[in-house]
Amino acid sequence: MIRLEKRPNPSRAVGMMTPVLAVLLTMVAGGILFAALGKNPFVAIKTIFYDPILGEFAFYYRGQLLVKGGPLILIAIGLSLGFRAGIWNIGAEGQYIIGAICGAGVGLAFYPADFWFIFPLMVMAGAAGGFLWAMIPAILKTRFNTNEILVSLLLVYVAEQLLASMSLGLLRNPDGAGFPGSRNLRQYEAAANNELIAGTGMHWGVAAAFVAVILAYILLNRHMLGFQIRLTGESPRAARFGGVKPNLLVVFCLGTSGALAGLAGLFEVAGPAGQISIDFNVGYGFTAIIVAFLGRLHPAGILLAGLLMALTYIGGEAAQATLGLPAAAIQAFQGMLLFFLLAVDVLTNYRIRWAKLETA
Amino acid sequence: MTEALLNIEGLTKAYPGVVANDDVSFRIAPGEVHALLGENGAGKSTLVKMIYGLVRPDSGRMQFGGAPYDPPTPHAARAMGVAMVFQHFSLFEALNVAENVALGMENPPPQRQLARRIREVSETYGLPLDPERLVGDLSAGERQRVEIIRCLLQDPKLLIMDEPTSVLTPQEVDILFETLRKLQAEGTSILYISHKLEEIKTLCDHATILRLGKVVGECNPRQESARSMAEMMVGTALHTPTRGEKAPGEVVLDLAALSVASANPFGTSLRSIHLEVRSGEILGIGGVAGNGQDELLAALSGETPAPAEAVKFCGQEIGHLGPNARRRLGLLAAPEERLGHAAAPDMSLTENALLTGAIREELVSGGFLKWPRAQGFAERIIAAFDVRTPGPGNAARSLSGGNLQKFVIGREILQRPACLVVNQPTWGVDASAAAAIRQALLDLAAEGAAVIVISQDLDELMEISDRFAALNEGRLSAPRPAKGLTVDEIGLMMGGAHDMEVAHVA
Repeated sequence: MIRLEKRPNPSRAVGMMTPVLAVLLTMVAGGILFAALGKNPFVAIKTIFYDPILGEFAFYYRGQLLVKGGPLILIAIGLSLGFRAGIWNIGAEGQYIIGAICGAGVGLAFYPADFWFIFPLMVMAGAAGGFLWAMIPAILKTRFNTNEILVSLLLVYVAEQLLASMSLGLLRNPDGAGFPGSRNLRQYEAAANNELIAGTGMHWGVAAAFVAVILAYILLNRHMLGFQIRLTGESPRAARFGGVKPNLLVVFCLGTSGALAGLAGLFEVAGPAGQISIDFNVGYGFTAIIVAFLGRLHPAGILLAGLLMALTYIGGEAAQATLGLPAAAIQAFQGMLLFFLLAVDVLTNYRIRWAKLETA
Repeated sequence: MTEALLNIEGLTKAYPGVVANDDVSFRIAPGEVHALLGENGAGKSTLVKMIYGLVRPDSGRMQFGGAPYDPPTPHAARAMGVAMVFQHFSLFEALNVAENVALGMENPPPQRQLARRIREVSETYGLPLDPERLVGDLSAGERQRVEIIRCLLQDPKLLIMDEPTSVLTPQEVDILFETLRKLQAEGTSILYISHKLEEIKTLCDHATILRLGKVVGECNPRQESARSMAEMMVGTALHTPTRGEKAPGEVVLDLAALSVASANPFGTSLRSIHLEVRSGEILGIGGVAGNGQDELLAALSGETPAPAEAVKFCGQEIGHLGPNARRRLGLLAAPEERLGHAAAPDMSLTENALLTGAIREELVSGGFLKWPRAQGFAERIIAAFDVRTPGPGNAARSLSGGNLQKFVIGREILQRPACLVVNQPTWGVDASAAAAIRQALLDLAAEGAAVIVISQDLDELMEISDRFAALNEGRLSAPRPAKGLTVDEIGLMMGGAHDMEVAHVA
């Protein structure tokens, strides 16, 4: 019989190994899934993981890696702070939308003026929008002890309705012949979030993501607030004894993750997406949850996990296009990644023993 | 020697990394009260779990009533006539006594019949108990009676009792002992686990002493002194804490009508607590568990806020201040629960040193952590309090209970508190470590700190306190000088036998 035995100390080596093991297991299970769909599993895995980086059309895909990875990393870093403290912001998607609406709204309000401060102002508005949207679950939690998981998640659907209403109403392009969607911000120089280095996909949002990784690392390892976040996650009662104010932590964690998600939304709408439209959000806010866990809630891990997840997105699109795999199969594939990660995660704190059955 | 009821030969049980029982042999005669003595971790629990069928031995044999005995489950053990009263009760608070008893029986009779049986048994053995009452309304002593009656309804030949008196007042202990003597007179054998040596001297006919999983001696407790038995348990001569006589100084901590509602629905609210502690003085606070000990500690540590004027520290009103503000002033605390309250189990000792030491040891500057200083502080605690661990990088949960307790107490003492509040400072700690902790508390008081020791161990409180008070249902009795207090007086301060003084064995 297989028995799990608690390790006296959590194993660091296994902790580093589990994401790799999870990726390998996902490849195996995903391969079986693709085979069941009648595709050659080896070709499918190669299309997803190899072609975008080293294949024939890699020059196109490589830039996409940062474009897709940037927002995932930026959002996941924010989420990881709360997740470490046991504060579950599931609504980053909504904060992302609101950040985009606020940022784009500020930019469009100046149209067609050309001031240097328009883009910085948009960045601030984006962060503020996400922050305020996250304050709704935060204040409801600290005031009335509501569940932040439910509130933040349901606010995603409210945000989606707002997005639709904005694309059809207030922010609709007056010169757009009645089509839904705002003006294209990429064509409005003062408000555009352009590529910083041509062909790399590197834009301000990616730069912000890298900065967030570094700041989060410093916060968690060198700062009292980061220590309190980790302490609260490990042991809430010990944290209160240690002088942590739980409500302050809820506000900080939800606020930070909301602001970062809002930033990601702003950089997306002013850059790769270009405009507010009904289908502006593509699920970065939800995928970032997977990224945060895949990266073991560690800033450096999230950086790698964000890029890996971006790869499955890009590779998945390529597989859809070239192999005709259904989109749902790709989503299932990403879901498997989280499933296996959580499953093998147990090994950090437990080791497997093969033992004879002991009657208890 | 007469035919033994239970005969144990060479029982061995190993867990990964530790041999819990190593070739343990002893026998219990019919009608004998047999004590199993040993420090925490000596292997008493594992041994009785094997007898009760909860754990299978790796090797060795048991005989019960002359026949081979190897119970695969507690169910089988009960069928043979072995019953056990655990230290921690397994009762449902929302059900009444009879319903709880029925839940523990194989074939419970109808409620009314069962209630009558419960009344009969409780009257026969002098354990007054109303079968209709909700368990949630019962005191710890009464809850224990429910467990005992549940066992007695099975007509056991052997009754195992694990630390039964730790939740009782002295008066309740007397009632329990009368019951046990009556059972003994009827021929029931009792295996009695305890580390309270005076009790064993009064109650038991024979004692088997375990140390590190091995039988290290047997004795007749009536012919031994408590000290000689303690030294057999520990294996070395015991160090008795010493203290110098000193007049107490200024009032450091002053509670005036402190009332705090418990945050926990099953907790105990504090009701109008008055007390003063002076510098250089140790105030011992006794009481049966669950009478407001945790709540009092939380109100003093600052985890639960109180009205500002209810808590005064060196004349300053601090009731509204949080834990860190109180630490800054010099009021420190060490809660009872080591893992998960006083320390974070999965964090390293360095991080746990930071947990309460950040302010007074200046381990933080401008919000940024000084890891080398924090590690240095952890290393100082480990060295000064003889904490056995490979180093400060190890997780708190990897330490044994006693070692972690030394770390937790040491962490607060090394911060030179003006007032230290500790709850159950030596709970689950072996005798030599407990002596070291008590000595450290005495030394701290001798250096001029005010110390409050909340404990359920009356011997400990009598050994180190200058004054003694007791918590009973969230109220604190008026403190009295500890010297010269009799056990009876202490028992009455703790709430007596919860209106059971009239109970007599029929």
